[in-house]
Amino acid sequence: MSEDAVSPEEVRHVAALARIDLDEEEVDRFAAQFAEILGYFETLDSVPEVDRDAELTNVMRPDERREPLDREAALGNAPESEDGYFKGPNVS
Amino acid sequence: MSDAFITETEIAGAPDGPLAGRTVAVKDNISTAGVATTCGSATLADYVPPYDATVVERLKAAGATIVGKTNMDEFGMGTTTETSHFGPTDNPAAPGHVPGGSSGGSAAAVAAGEADLALGSDTGGSVRCPAAFCGVVGIKPTYGLVSRYGLVAYANSLEQIGPFARSVEEAAELLEVIAGPDERDATTRAPPDAGTSTDDRRGAERSTDGRGAAGASTDGRGDVGTSTADLRYADAADGDVDGLTVGVPTELVDGADEGVVETFRDAIGELEDRGATVEEVTLPSVEHAVEAYYVIAMSEASSNLARFDGVRYGTSGGYDGNWNESFARARKAGFGDEVKRRILLGTFALSAGYQEKYYGKAQDARAWVKADFDSVLSEVDVIASPTMPVPPFELGEGLEDPLKLYLADANTVPVNLADLPAISVPAGETDGLPVGLQLVGPAFGERRLIRAASVLA
Repeated sequence: MSEDAVSPEEVRHVAALARIDLDEEEVDRFAAQFAEILGYFETLDSVPEVDRDAELTNVMRPDERREPLDREAALGNAPESEDGYFKGPNVS
Repeated sequence: MSDAFITETEIAGAPDGPLAGRTVAVKDNISTAGVATTCGSATLADYVPPYDATVVERLKAAGATIVGKTNMDEFGMGTTTETSHFGPTDNPAAPGHVPGGSSGGSAAAVAAGEADLALGSDTGGSVRCPAAFCGVVGIKPTYGLVSRYGLVAYANSLEQIGPFARSVEEAAELLEVIAGPDERDATTRAPPDAGTSTDDRRGAERSTDGRGAAGASTDGRGDVGTSTADLRYADAADGDVDGLTVGVPTELVDGADEGVVETFRDAIGELEDRGATVEEVTLPSVEHAVEAYYVIAMSEASSNLARFDGVRYGTSGGYDGNWNESFARARKAGFGDEVKRRILLGTFALSAGYQEKYYGKAQDARAWVKADFDSVLSEVDVIASPTMPVPPFELGEGLEDPLKLYLADANTVPVNLADLPAISVPAGETDGLPVGLQLVGPAFGERRLIRAASVLA
């Protein structure tokens, strides 16, 4: 999925990695758009290597017990919950 | 209901404070306890946050009344506010045109007088673009000045919450309320020269290090662990630019629309009339800023938006089949086109075999842009350009061509890559359409930008 063409198979592969179902129509449209956008991103090839000297500092705080979000509030936006837990689909 | 808002409400603040009696509109990706926060997305249409963002807590404490949650491009991904699940917002300053994006509803609410002030978020221009298109003032603060706690994340390393107002002074008043360290956002820090009145003057502190360590807050003023740092901005809006040096980068002016450039030159002329000196400068790295910005923003988005699985919040994918199938259905139903496009491109840019080619090179370009701005800002006090290279698009004009819209961000995205502060201030009009002037300054140089921009609004 670089240089010129982007195939529908490549779009489907990335969509599977990203966990997004796509219609056939979306696959074809994205394939055409991705070719153009990725073609444009190719110009990054001419960027020189640059020293990335980020001066980062850790920010620490004491590890103290605090009141967590109330369980009912935490579950309040879940499409479904059961016995005080989020209800999710089967894992496998 | 006004099309600037997704939800209209009335949240009263404290009985007094610096914003008592003022109304504020809040972008709908900033969490408000008990009031829907949709991010302009179908997946969060019914989401009601259980807590306030830090900036919302500070608005309430300052006495402001929050009048609504404003329309926006879905998850902040757009330049027109047209990718919102809740429909477009018209531009009050140029009816029939987009208000800009992604914080289009916030800018429109202020332009129409439906709120005195507003908050937006700026990942690659999402405060400055709508400010320019709607003829109001918008500030993108230095990375780390304003807490992102409670802002629904799109691209963490780039975004900041920023104010809108009809004048520079009012925008500065709102910045005063929201700025300052927050222990719930470890990327915030106190400005190295917090609140002193001389740091913004001509030539002063030009060598300000944009990446100074968090330890730089040992100035004895605010405590990093508490919520306010006694920062003053509004009193800098005195229009005194005598002796200020303004650099105009050829790269950010040459490709712009002719009428936009003419309006921009006239506005720069007003600064010169007040004693500022204007010189041409060059920023060769910005040629690669748009592609670097989109690679980084999309990569971060692909990771951030992984949380929308339809289990804890958002559109459910049902319970048929396995976990992956349910997630994929939830995300198909919940996300619009532009969000899917960016998640997929970001996933691709981070995938095996392509990471160094795209993400790695984009980080090189980001470091180059930072170095370039630091170098120019050691020669001049502020950098000026048109905020947007074009006047507002007509409603519906650009949606089918994503790359065309990405390229319109050429003048705003370099600032986010460089972590610097910028302000967009009305420069005038071209054919009846608003034009914004952008000023960029050194890290934590907000006072200098406010002083210079206050000449114009």
